[in-house]
This record gives sequence, C-alpha cells and structure tokens, in this order.
Amino acid sequence: MRSELDYLLRIADSTLILGQRLSEWCGHAPALEEDLALTNVALDLIGQARLLLTHIGTLEDAGRDEDRLAFLRTQDEFRNVTLVELPNGDFAQTIVRAGLFAAFQCELWHALASSSDTQCAAIAAKSLKESRYHWRQTSEWIIRLGDGTDESHARAQAAVDKLWPYAAELFTDDEVDREAVARGLGPAWSTLESAWSAAVLPVIEEATLSVPAKTPFRSRGKQGVHSEHLGHLLSEMQYLQRAYPGATW
Amino acid sequence: MVTREQAWQALEGVPDPEIPVLSVCDLGIVRELRVEDDAATVVITPTYSGCPATEMIETGIRQALASAGAAQVNIEQRLAPPWSTDWIAPAALEKLQAFGIAPPGPARSVGGSAQPIRFVQTHPPCPRCGSRRTVRLAEFGSTACKALYRCSECAEPFDYFKPI
Repeated sequence: MRSELDYLLRIADSTLILGQRLSEWCGHAPALEEDLALTNVALDLIGQARLLLTHIGTLEDAGRDEDRLAFLRTQDEFRNVTLVELPNGDFAQTIVRAGLFAAFQCELWHALASSSDTQCAAIAAKSLKESRYHWRQTSEWIIRLGDGTDESHARAQAAVDKLWPYAAELFTDDEVDREAVARGLGPAWSTLESAWSAAVLPVIEEATLSVPAKTPFRSRGKQGVHSEHLGHLLSEMQYLQRAYPGATW
Repeated sequence: MVTREQAWQALEGVPDPEIPVLSVCDLGIVRELRVEDDAATVVITPTYSGCPATEMIETGIRQALASAGAAQVNIEQRLAPPWSTDWIAPAALEKLQAFGIAPPGPARSVGGSAQPIRFVQTHPPCPRCGSRRTVRLAEFGSTACKALYRCSECAEPFDYFKPI
C-alpha cells in the first residue's frame, strides 16, 4: 500500500509543486498575455493535483484529505521530482522547465489512462487534454526563444544546460515503479523516455539549441531527498494553514 | 417532494458563473439526474481540472434543487469519460455566439501521443461581424477555457471557447 501511495504521490506532488512555482509569476510576467498563460497553466496543474491528492487520501484511509496532504506534510514526505521544485529563474528557464515537464506529463497521462485504478485512469484521461495544451504552448515558446534574438537564445540555452540533468530522475526506476507495474497501476517511468525524447528533441533542434552530454547525476526528489529549495517553497505555501490551523475561505 | 421534471427544470436554471447565458445542462456538465421521493442525486463532471467555477456550480445546483423542493441533494463527481466541448448542446453554441464568445470548433480526439501542430492558428469567425480575418492574441483569455482573439475586420477583441 505504501508503495502504491508513493507512486501516486510522485505524480500528485510534482504537479502541485510546479503549479505553485508557476503561480509565483502572477503579476510579474514580462507581458500580460504570458502572466495569464502561466497562471492558467498553474491553475490546471493545481486542479490535477487536487484530484489526485483527494484520491490518495481516500486510498490511504487515514483521515487526510487534499488539504491536509498539501499543507501539513513536511518536506521529506513530499515525493515530487527535484526538477519542479527548482526556482523559476528567468522566463526562459521557467518555460523550458514547464515544457520538459509538460511533455513528460503527456506521456505519463497517456500511459496512466489504462491504469487498473479506474479513478486514476479517469484523472489521467482528463488531464492529458490539458497537458497537451501546456506542451503546445511551452514548446512554441521554446522555439521562439531559442530561434530568437542572441539574448533569448543565450538564455534559453542556459536554461537547457541547467535543467537537463534533472530530467534524468524522471526516467530512473526503483522498487516503487516495479510494484506499480506488477499491480497494473501505472508504467515504470523509464518506459516513457523514448516517447518523451521523440517529442522534446525535435523542439530543441528547431529552437537551434543543444542538449548537454549525459552525466551520472541523478536528483532524488521522488524518494523524498530534496534540494534546499523545497523547504523555502513549502514555508510559503503552507504558512497560512500552519499559522492558522483549520482556516478556510 | 420534487418530481424529476421539476428537478431538471431547476438545473436548467443554474447558470455557468462565467457565461451566465448558458446553464450547466447546456454545457454538458450535468450527466445524470436521479430523483427518489425527496432526494435528488446529480452526477456532474468538471470541465477543466482547475476550473474555479466548479465549486460555485455545485453550490448553485444545491440551492436550485432545494428551492425546487428536494429535501436532500447529493452531488457526485464523475471524471470518466472526460468532459469535451463536443458535449455543449448545439442551441447553446448559438447562445455563446450571441453573447459575444466564439463557440468551439470540433474537438479532435486525442490520439495517443500525437504531437501538437505548432504555430498554426484556427480562425473562428468574429461573433460580432462574422469575418474570418481573426487573429489569436493569447492562448488564454478571461478564463483558462477561452483564448483571446481580435477581429482584423471590425477591430474588436473577443474570447474563443477552446475545443478540448
């Protein structure tokens, strides 16, 4: 059971944390249209996370709903991939990170739509439609930025160089993946790599960007081993509920 | 006591908070209605996962059915099959247009991991003057489900309900 919950929390937490990061752009984006785009994508992601967290709370059957899971867990209990907890950086870094993850979500949702867990499958089928819009929007921007001015190209390349090593975690399996496969709950994430590469690499190429060479670096957010950034993010995200326990709108 | 007809009529009076000319029935949000004596059970489906109107719609449904005489209102959310703009009633598409929102084109079924077509715009006709010389300004308009367009013919902006 714990392993099943971990598998789902990896997806829910990654979605929630990226939603939180994108919402930080609210009121600060370089153009009004992009402000709306980033925050609307954040809204979609938070909605997806809510559906999954609610389902996880039901499966766990320990009296935790979506809010308790989102606002009252500690850093080491979060199972998001490290990629999504990194600071936004500039617009290029924000877009490249959101794009890499959106492309991943498309493959993951597509595979999860045939999960043995019917609620999971339903969430996946619904979320896939939204993530496809996210991928279209971010991939168009990656191409504009990469194949843009000298400045936008330099920033986009710097973003790819910085973020690419964190993508390796997305495709590294462990016992949680193996158990999920055995139960028919979902795919081993390593099986998503070739489709993800087939989607992402042509976009990188069209953007006249290059990807850095592979290294042995593996971030381990999925296993609860986070960078120094998650703590700061959670202290903001969870502040109100922790300061005023039980507060509601 | 409430009859099925009364309950259905009550539901048809529950507007979408963002697009008040449309009811939750017009949008295909209401999937099922069961009435047994005093209890009404409504099965709804959310449009977008993060749609902030979902909770308002649920409140609206509860109030409408209570006013219609239901002593007990149960609302169930059903996610599968996922909501599509194809479920919007044809008469409702006309209401959208009259309200100034370009109605959605047909939603193409999502085929596996088919890659999106980039940099190609749809050109919905302007809801005011009907011209197809329309330009997309932004992927997201006043809400996540709509994109922002401007008509090159009459120069007015409008929202386009995105197919999904």
